Amino acid sequence: MLLFIEQILNGLQLGIMLFLMSAGLTLIFGIMRIINLAHGSFYMIGAYVAATVASYTGSFLLGLLAALPAAALSGMLVELIVFRKLYNRDHLDQVLATFGLILFFNELTRIIWGRQPLFMDVPSWLSHTVELIPGIPYPSYRLAIIFVGIMVALLLYLLFTRTRLGMQIRAGAANREMIAALGVNIKLLNTLVFGLGTLLAGLAGIMAGPILAVEAGMGESILILTFVVIVIGGIGSIKGAMIAAILVGLVDTLGGFLLPSLLRLFLPAATADGAGMSLASMSVYILMAVILIWKPRGLFPVQG
Amino acid sequence: MKKKIAGIAGGFLLALCGAVSAEPVKIGMVTTLSTKAGYLGEDIRDGFKLAIEQGAGKLGGVPVELMVDDDGRKPGKGKQIADRYMKRDKVKIMTGIVFSNVAMAVVPKVVRSDVVYISPNAGPSALAGKGCHENYFNVAWQNDNLSEAAAKHVAENGFKNVYMLAPNYPAGKDAISGFKRFYKGKIAGEVYTKLGQSDYAGELAVLRAAKPDAVLFFLPGGMGINFIKQYAQAGLNTQIPLFGPAFSFDERLLKAVGDAAVGVVNGSQWTHDLDNDANKAFVASFKKAYGRTPTLYASQGFDAANLIGSALKAVNGDLSDLAAFRNAVRKAEFDSVRGAFKFGHNQHPVQDLYVREVVKTADGKTTNRTLNKVSENHVDAYASQCKM
Repeated sequence: MLLFIEQILNGLQLGIMLFLMSAGLTLIFGIMRIINLAHGSFYMIGAYVAATVASYTGSFLLGLLAALPAAALSGMLVELIVFRKLYNRDHLDQVLATFGLILFFNELTRIIWGRQPLFMDVPSWLSHTVELIPGIPYPSYRLAIIFVGIMVALLLYLLFTRTRLGMQIRAGAANREMIAALGVNIKLLNTLVFGLGTLLAGLAGIMAGPILAVEAGMGESILILTFVVIVIGGIGSIKGAMIAAILVGLVDTLGGFLLPSLLRLFLPAATADGAGMSLASMSVYILMAVILIWKPRGLFPVQG
Repeated sequence: MKKKIAGIAGGFLLALCGAVSAEPVKIGMVTTLSTKAGYLGEDIRDGFKLAIEQGAGKLGGVPVELMVDDDGRKPGKGKQIADRYMKRDKVKIMTGIVFSNVAMAVVPKVVRSDVVYISPNAGPSALAGKGCHENYFNVAWQNDNLSEAAAKHVAENGFKNVYMLAPNYPAGKDAISGFKRFYKGKIAGEVYTKLGQSDYAGELAVLRAAKPDAVLFFLPGGMGINFIKQYAQAGLNTQIPLFGPAFSFDERLLKAVGDAAVGVVNGSQWTHDLDNDANKAFVASFKKAYGRTPTLYASQGFDAANLIGSALKAVNGDLSDLAAFRNAVRKAEFDSVRGAFKFGHNQHPVQDLYVREVVKTADGKTTNRTLNKVSENHVDAYASQCKM
């Protein structure tokens, strides 16, 4: 039972990472109607900048402070240079262009940082365990990820429901022609939303750095799950992204934990683990298929 | 006129022949230079290059040309590179593969095509036993060996309930069978993770719940870095001791994990503190050339180069008679940095195995220190299945 609770925490932590990634992606898709395959690149940029600054200064916080603006600014720059030309093109052109961006950013990081991955350390004040629930000493860094994710979700909630900017963004998601006609500077709004989205992706990358390894192409492994999340949650919906991210995180983690143990009952360990892992990765897509049959526009479709 | 043309053609042909024999012997290295395990290939390459540099571009007095390419840990990519070496470059000697899954895709085909392959790392059981081949030599070890050394140490030190963990690929399965060959006690759990996995939170939760008294694990390169760091973050390093083959405790990995690995005992065929002249010279010159302590991978690359050198010297750089070259390799007349070295009949090393401990030095760095020898003239378990 304790083990089960610990796995739920692990699933929650993965879910939070996915939420940070998908919140930005779903906004960009929802408002600009643009498929941004290169979203993972900003996750990578965040991780690389944080790892570099942290290793030079020895401070994780400085790394965080440098990487957040780096991810946001590079996002806005890419929006100005590339995406502005893509808004009126069809989705195929967008996919091609943003796929090109993936290759560009991966190669760029290889040129700057080399082929070897960087390994980031967890800040020393978060390198211990906390016994939040008796019997489960849980790494404090992972708890911090969950905490940061929940705070970000709250902030986004306040931004969207309590501020004028948030209202404009929501309106833009629902009907961009109409709010442009009402005199809102939609171009500026697009750049801001894009920056916010890449900022969140960068934040996810920074926090993933010490758990994973910072390497070229790290964005693509999380990008696919991110797309699953926004499709399940309903494209353009932050609330949907939150709930779908947690759902996907839990299904992926618990599947990876339960399915191999189930298969071990009648298969040798190596085969069971291999098959179990594959089934677990499939389970996320099965979940997506089931939800799409039930609700073809995702759990929380945005009206528009 | 006819005569003249023939003369010119003849002269041209002669010149061409001269050029061919003066050309350096090409050595094709297929290795892993990217991904989280990229530093393994980097060290093999650097160790190999060091031997060539020491001979001023020659191995065993014969000029050589080393070609290196990155397989990205992908069997398909490795195959492509090997094909290119064989078809375009007409390479007769190949080496370099780090990962056993790549080796299984590349080696059998290469050795069937009259190329001598000298493995500086991957030693899958399938190629040591029934799949052994006269063109295949492994200068490092058979995969199981270092795991056997670690398991022997665990068994001898009275651990009774051991948890085992390895990635799901040929070398991972070899590691677990190596553990089980020498540790016969109760097994608290046996887990296969994804190759290249980064996050071990799920596995660590299961491990904690199984309450073992020791953990034997094999996770090479970056996988090991992440595992050891996360093991310490979960507070497990102070409760359950870790053991494993040297692949998860090489010098570059220790630099990355810091204090998290201090005290861990691991099995190896070589350590930078081994007391023999060849090793002292190697460690000193490697440090001078690259500014870091060599890993076991570097020592294997260096040994592979010197082994090739000894055989090239014996045949005078002439690879037209491959059997002669093979026989010369089999004799292994070179000074291995691990001391005494010879090949068994399946062309895998018969060598001493050690356990070593991760210690903190006076200047705050972590490094390995040899503890004791656990087996002498160790022969791998698959040698008897090799009909050669």
